[in-house]
Amino acid sequence: MSNTTTKGARLGTKKLDMQKLLAPMALVILYILFSIVGENFFTWHTAENILQASYYIGFMAFGVTFIIITGGIDLSLGTVMMCSALLGGYSFKVLHLPMYVSILVTIFTAVAFGFLNGILIAKLKLPPFIATLGTQMMSAGLGSILTKVQAQTWPPVTDPTGGWFKKIFVRTKLFDFLPIGAVWLLVFFIIAALILHKTKLGRYFYAIGSNEEAARLSGINVDNWKIAAYTLSGFFVGMAALFYAAVYSTITPGVGQGQEMHGITGVIIGGTSMAGGSGTMVGSLIGVFIMSTLKTGLSACGLQAQWQTFFTGLVVIGAVLLDIYRTKTASKVKRS
Amino acid sequence: MGETILKMHGIQKYFPGVHALDNAQLEVRSGEVMALVGENGAGKSTLMKILTGIYPKDGGIIEYFGEEIELNGPKDAQSRGICIVHQELNLMQHLTVADNIFIGRESSTGLFLNQAEQYRKTQELLDKLHLSIDPKAVVRTLSVAKQQMVEIAKALSYNNTKLLILDEPSAVLTDTEIDDLFTFVEQLKSTGVGIIYISHRMDELQRITDRITVMRDGQYVGVLETAETEIAEVVRMMVGRTIYEEPKTQSAVPADAPIILECEHLNSIDVKDVSFHLKKGEILGFSGLMGAGRTETMRLLCGADPMTSGVIKLNGKPVRIKTPRDAVKHGIGYLSEDRKRYGLCLNLSITDNTVMPSLGTLFKGLFINDRAADRYSEEYIEKIKTKTPSTKTRVGSLSGGNQQKVVISKWLLRDCDILIFDEPTRGIDVGAKSEIYKLMNQLAAEGKSIIMISSDMPELLRMSDRIVVMCEGRKTGELDISEATQEKIMTFATNR
Repeated sequence: MSNTTTKGARLGTKKLDMQKLLAPMALVILYILFSIVGENFFTWHTAENILQASYYIGFMAFGVTFIIITGGIDLSLGTVMMCSALLGGYSFKVLHLPMYVSILVTIFTAVAFGFLNGILIAKLKLPPFIATLGTQMMSAGLGSILTKVQAQTWPPVTDPTGGWFKKIFVRTKLFDFLPIGAVWLLVFFIIAALILHKTKLGRYFYAIGSNEEAARLSGINVDNWKIAAYTLSGFFVGMAALFYAAVYSTITPGVGQGQEMHGITGVIIGGTSMAGGSGTMVGSLIGVFIMSTLKTGLSACGLQAQWQTFFTGLVVIGAVLLDIYRTKTASKVKRS
Repeated sequence: MGETILKMHGIQKYFPGVHALDNAQLEVRSGEVMALVGENGAGKSTLMKILTGIYPKDGGIIEYFGEEIELNGPKDAQSRGICIVHQELNLMQHLTVADNIFIGRESSTGLFLNQAEQYRKTQELLDKLHLSIDPKAVVRTLSVAKQQMVEIAKALSYNNTKLLILDEPSAVLTDTEIDDLFTFVEQLKSTGVGIIYISHRMDELQRITDRITVMRDGQYVGVLETAETEIAEVVRMMVGRTIYEEPKTQSAVPADAPIILECEHLNSIDVKDVSFHLKKGEILGFSGLMGAGRTETMRLLCGADPMTSGVIKLNGKPVRIKTPRDAVKHGIGYLSEDRKRYGLCLNLSITDNTVMPSLGTLFKGLFINDRAADRYSEEYIEKIKTKTPSTKTRVGSLSGGNQQKVVISKWLLRDCDILIFDEPTRGIDVGAKSEIYKLMNQLAAEGKSIIMISSDMPELLRMSDRIVVMCEGRKTGELDISEATQEKIMTFATNR
């Protein structure tokens, strides 16, 4: 082999490192920009708002990161989250179950849907897009059926039996300044990152997303690991449901479609490839923060929700274009 | 010899951080086959990409029919009559031959396609080229060789093709198919087309080419008249060193070596009643034409495809192999002919690829010790001399030979006793080839048992201790290396 190839490889790696810095840089630049042009943006209160807006989207994004890295997709995130939160609220309010059972019902519902997605995709070989489109509708319907299309309200902080729910998830500040929700998010980010980057499980996700057939021929039980990815994602969706309930209290049946796109968008902005096999957990965290900063910042500039949607769309296209451009230049050098 | 069609000289090309072409040159006359040879990374592809207008050149002159030209993109090159047939087939598998050939310039009446006209034109073209292919056949149903010829026909369907570039056309073909290809190339020559022929197979050069241009490290090394040249000379020019290869005349395996693997009456859709055995430390060659069922047999052995009936015995004991996972557990490692598709995760690092099948055995519990993983991959990089800047390098950026070594490392680390090499040197340059051979011999000497599928007959005769020949899904013969000749193998392979 000539050293041309070697040089090309080194160059490729350098480009990759640049890409890693791109998302954090974008976040910092956005933050500074809004601090200059936005009203009252550069305050701790605003930062708290940004964090709070990131909770449930963050958990969804962590979950779906696993899935996207295996080369799959989950369109049922949003409705499964809503369905879980509905059933949890229903368990407490209508069935009068204890709060901890309701929390378990919420998590269990999401995990069950994740597992179902996994079975449909890995064992019954449905394309992920189709399988999760189906479960998206099923979960939306199920939530409405079981609650008889009644909105479910999770108890307020003052509730004697269930009030602690909000306290432990959102209504507490650690050391009087750090919102407890941010601590939860951070802890689960670390857990998700450890799973993805430091365990066999994570390594198999990358392998499957990178080249499923090669992984299979290497003796990896591809089907089981895929089910694991969807089930694990289900758990994170369950966490997202708890935070959605804790922040918004009232869950209305029939909504939730479209929420999955917030989670997926965060992952994409964070540099994870939809083709599978590459991406990082920290990227997804930053991607979610970029979206929340955009949302909070634009409203600090007096722009309404429709502008947030518009700009988020712009950021998605920009982020993916950059990624395509980078891959192209890297492979051009490689082929020489 | 005809007039000079093409003269490229002093060609320069820079990529960020790489001087890819430095003073490259090439000359082609009409009605001649000019071979372009060099190791991987020598700059052949880059030079061809400049000639076909894909890359702009950074310096030098292209003279075409005595006129200096600048090429503005692939369309420009095509309209001047420069056509390339790529190594990888670029046909649309689900469309017909005619659709493929006339894609982008379909015959139509008004808004609608004129299928009949298109079939007629395709038939004319195929007749002119003496190809017996049905224009209405769906490409997927054709053999690889036929598909290759459709590609060439497509290139020649542009009326004015004066210069045809064939990039390793024989890489996917078996010997008889290559014969067909060469007959075809001879016919083309007589029409006055100039042909640039890129190949890694040295024996082909003497059969088909008139002159040979050698490149090394992006530079022009020299041009040789094929008729007056020894192959050893070409190889020496390519690698800048002498490669020594000793042919095998008798089996290196002692007669009393234990039998490690027995396959009895294996059956599947593509495999019919195949039985064979493998001894410890043996290199068992598998020969046959394309589609003879060799790869399919191996895929049964490594659990990749379902077996309808048959028994696999390891060390005398029957084992159940239903999934690749079972095969790996029993120490059977499969090195696919298509590394990129079946062997490697190209965008993962060398370490990730190397330790992948072994994660379960190397690390107890859930977590991976990255430093330990790196040490394992480091160990094998040194042991089998993989050339790479680091263990973290993406496998996709390595050359073919080094990618193959990563696959080998992966199975060695998993402690596989049986290694199945499916076309181990396909698409690998001469220097790396001899390294792979050396490595295989070394592994066999260390007691690993090897099955090698190859369509390259000299390779089989050089490496194998015993050769099994297949034809149409059946085993048609078995030869000890002491009695094997190309003729005998061919007789079995064609089942005459």
